[in-house]
Order: sequence, then structure tokens, then C-alpha cells
Amino acid sequence: MRALRPRPAAPRKIADLAVKIASSLASLIGIFFLSWILWEVIRKGVAAINWSFFSQLPAPPGTPGGGVANAIVGTLAMTVIGTAIGVPVGMFSGVYLAEFGQHNRFGSLVRFGVNVIMGIPSIIVGLFVYTIMVKPVGHFSGYAGALSLAIIMLPVVARTTEDMLLLVPDSLRESALALGAPRWKVTGNIVFRAARTGMITGMLLAVARISGETAPLLFTALNSPYWPNSLGQPTANLTVTIFNYAMSPFADWQQIAWGASLLIMVAVLMLNISARLATKGKTR
Amino acid sequence: MSEATSHYQSEKRADTVFKAVMTASAGLVLLIMIAILIELTHHSQLSLHKFGFGFLFSSAWNPVSGQFGALSSIFGTVVSTVIAMLLAVPLGLVIALFLVELAPPWLSTIVGNAIELLAAIPSIIYGMWGLFVFAPFLADHIQPLLGKTLGFLPLFKGAPMGIGMLTAGIILALMILPFVAAVMRDVFRMTPAVVKEAGYGMGATTWEVTSHVTVRYGLSGLLGAVFLGLGRAIGETMAITFVIGNNHNISASLFAAGNSIASTLANEFTEASEPLYLSALVELGLVLFLLSLFVQLAAQWWLKRIKLGIGRGT
Repeated sequence: MRALRPRPAAPRKIADLAVKIASSLASLIGIFFLSWILWEVIRKGVAAINWSFFSQLPAPPGTPGGGVANAIVGTLAMTVIGTAIGVPVGMFSGVYLAEFGQHNRFGSLVRFGVNVIMGIPSIIVGLFVYTIMVKPVGHFSGYAGALSLAIIMLPVVARTTEDMLLLVPDSLRESALALGAPRWKVTGNIVFRAARTGMITGMLLAVARISGETAPLLFTALNSPYWPNSLGQPTANLTVTIFNYAMSPFADWQQIAWGASLLIMVAVLMLNISARLATKGKTR
Repeated sequence: MSEATSHYQSEKRADTVFKAVMTASAGLVLLIMIAILIELTHHSQLSLHKFGFGFLFSSAWNPVSGQFGALSSIFGTVVSTVIAMLLAVPLGLVIALFLVELAPPWLSTIVGNAIELLAAIPSIIYGMWGLFVFAPFLADHIQPLLGKTLGFLPLFKGAPMGIGMLTAGIILALMILPFVAAVMRDVFRMTPAVVKEAGYGMGATTWEVTSHVTVRYGLSGLLGAVFLGLGRAIGETMAITFVIGNNHNISASLFAAGNSIASTLANEFTEASEPLYLSALVELGLVLFLLSLFVQLAAQWWLKRIKLGIGRGT
């Protein structure tokens, strides 16, 4: 501990004021850049969006018009399948961690695994799925894309499920068990019900996260200028379309890429806002 | 009686099945983690055998002659991450400070929500903005200025092209900024009001309370936020791929085009037709995987140590 000694107030107050000004300014700078990004995406995206954007297949370079209807369908399909795999597996792992794995070695090992997969760059997940699903078959496929999205989603869902279930007081579980209810009923009917809002929020956030993913789809679903007739083939999707079109030298294509960016951004923000509203309505 | 017993029996069986399914799902998580390591190692065999450890230290990258080295990609990943952390951590800290200590509650709520939403925006959006809006802006306004004033440093030499390492680092910083700021704000909020009020009661200024009380109280959480940001920055792909320039060169100048592990993968993977080329790219992926694993282990070890030392967690 430093000895107590009188210090003049003026330098301290000046230092305080300087920090306050710097902090406000820095916040303004940060917020300025972030609003700049939003503004440009909205401005350039709105210009690209019209009816054919939603209803037509991509046009060849140089010809105006064309849309990304196939990519919208492909992204939706892969997100839905990815969610259908990722949510149950993630939820069950979360249930294991919260209900059975609190104080044993397997539980902490799984928790470690969840953290590791959560921290793996998504491009590595894409690479992994490429080695197990694309390379053996010899061609890219929408199913591989969906699987990589599921793997990215899994740890997020597992973590939120565990966190939310742990918030449910043990006395609730014990009362139900004392009444003779089996474990699965206690978890399914009592604990889930108490943790429902939090879990729904977590899942919506996880869906939001995978619907904007690009890197894992590059190696799995790739892209395609056609309708996704079967997910066993390379499948068109919005994010890889943005990547390909933005890197192309054609102004028409770059325009479409802005439109697709706006679409993805709005979808992700809507999912996030509805997740937040879901929690707010319940906790108040 | 027997009916009740059989009912009890069947519920007991259902419970066994329930526990088995949950455990199997949890096991699947571990299986995936191990499978990623095995698959990446297995598919990079060719390159591992041919180049050995030299792969990490060679800057050669020539698909035609079959010479591959990871040095330029690792260099780019490190440099862009360092730039991003240097910008995003202090900025995130002061934004969190602003939100918790300075802003009136209504402003804090609005800005706080906005920042959380921005943290959710996919990286490809940042990439688009970086390529079409920010890179030209940098090339026209900022880079010539830097070149004129600080051009004597090797860091800021060269033609202002907009695309390059500096741009990639800044975009990366903007991408992790909302995330870092949001986590740090939550950490600041956890400081009990009593502790802060004690500081104010002794006549401390806002800054003194922040630096001596709030920051110290939440130190482990703040470091956690830094590590989380670092983990994101290291593997970030799309935001960087758009603006880094994709060039296998190591240059001292931040204006020069470069590449990162993730951007090399994103750019070249679908073009790689040679088995050796593909294998080298998978090995790059393996390096990135191990790098992010290392960051994570370091973070967890560090957090545990600090928790033990201070005696409380966040």
C-alpha cells in the first residue's frame, strides 16, 4: 500500500477529464465506423433489390438483370438441415453436461471439447467436412454444407443449453424426483419448461450465426448457377455467391453481391432481434 | 401391484435410454474434436513427409514447381491479428468504459444494443464494405497522408493501393470491436456498486475508480475478452480474404499485399488439383487449427491461474 499523502486535486481532475473526453471520442469513432458499414450496405443493397432479384436465376456476366433465387433456396435448405442436425445433438450434449456431467471426468472432457470446437475457425470445420464428405465422394454437395453448418452450431447450442439448465434451481428437480418422476420426465417436462425462453434465444442466435457463414461452405457446398434440384450436388448459396460476385470484375454482379449482402444482414439482424425480444418478454 | 412394478420397470428402462442418448451426443462432440485433428493430419501426410518442419519456415509457394511453405501465410495471420488487437482492445475498453461509467442510461442501452447487434453481422459483410468502400477510401485519403508523415518508417513505404495488410488489420479490428466491447461492458457491469461507491466516497475521480477498482476487479474477465477476440481474429476468413491482396510475399510495409492462412485456403482451395498442392493447403489448415487450439489452451490456463490468484472469477 502506498502511504497516504495529500495530492493536489487539479491534476487528478484534469486527468479525469482527459480520459472522459478520449473515451467519448473513441466511442464516437467506433460507432461512426460501424454505422458507416450499415449505411453503405443498405444504400448499395437497396439499389440492387427488385423482383427479379428474388425470382430469377443468375444471369451470365455482362447481361443485366438476373437474380439469386437459387441461392436463397439453397441457403434456406442448408440452414434448415444444419439446424435439424445441430440443434438436437447440441441440445442433448448440453443436457448431458448439465444433468449428468457436472462432477465427473467425462463431463469436463466434453466441456473442453465444446470449448475447442467453439473456438475453431469455421474454415477449418469446412476443411474437415471436405475431407470426410467431399473428397471420398468426389464432388461438392449441399449435404456437406449442411453438415459443416451443423458442426459450427453444435457447441453454441450445447453451451447455451447447459448454461440455461444450470439456472434452473435444483430444488425443482428434487421435488419432481421425490414425487417419483423418472429423470427423462424431470428434464423434459420440468427443467426444459423452466429454461425454455433462454434455450429458444440460444437457438435463434445459433441459427443467425450459421446463416451468415461463408468460409465452411466454400469447401463443401461450393456454389452453382442452377436450381438446387438435389442437395447431393454443388448447391447455390447466398454467401459464396457474394464472395464470387464481389471478386468478379463485372459491375452487374457486384451490384447483385450488395443486394445479397443486404438480404443476409437483414435476416441475421431479424433473428437476433427476435431472440432478444423473446427473452425480454419473459423475464420482465 | 404387478402393474405398478412393470410401470416402474419401463420408466426405469426409459431413463437408461435417456441417459444413453444424452451421453452419446456428448461423446459425439469429443469424437468430432478428435476426428478433426486426425483427418487434417491424415490428409496433409504428403506435404508433411515432403517438407517436414521446413514447411513452417519456408516462404516458397509455387504450385507449378510443387514448392510449398507456410511462412508468408503465418506471417500475414500474425501481423493482421496484431494490428487488429492493437486497435480493437483499447477501443473496446474505452467504449465499454463509456457505456458503463459515462453515458446516461438511455444512451447506454441504445448504444449497447446496437453494439451487440453489430457483433452478429457476418464477416462477409465486413469484407464487402472493406473491398468496395474502405479500401478505396484508405488509398485516396489515409495512406498518402501516412506515407507523407511517417513514410521514413519501413512500415509505411510503398504505393497506396488500398488493398493490403493494413486494410486487412483495420477491417479485422472493426469486426472484433463490437464483440470485445460487449464482453468488456458485461465485465465492467459485474463490479459491485458498493466497491465503486467506496472509491467515490473516498473522493476518487471516475478515472481513478475505473483504473484502480473496476479494471482490477474484472481483470480476468477483461483478459478473457481479449483472448476471445484473439481467437476470432486468428481464424477470420472472409473479412480478410476480400482485402488482404492474396500475395505470397513477406514485406515490411503494411501497404503491401499479403495473405493469411485462412485467406490462402479460401482463395486457392478450389483451384488445387495436384495432390501435393491440396495436401499443403490442408497442412496450412492444420497449422491454423493448432494455433487456435494453443490460444484457447493458453486462455483457459491463464484464466484459471488468475482466478486462483485473486480468489474470484467473473
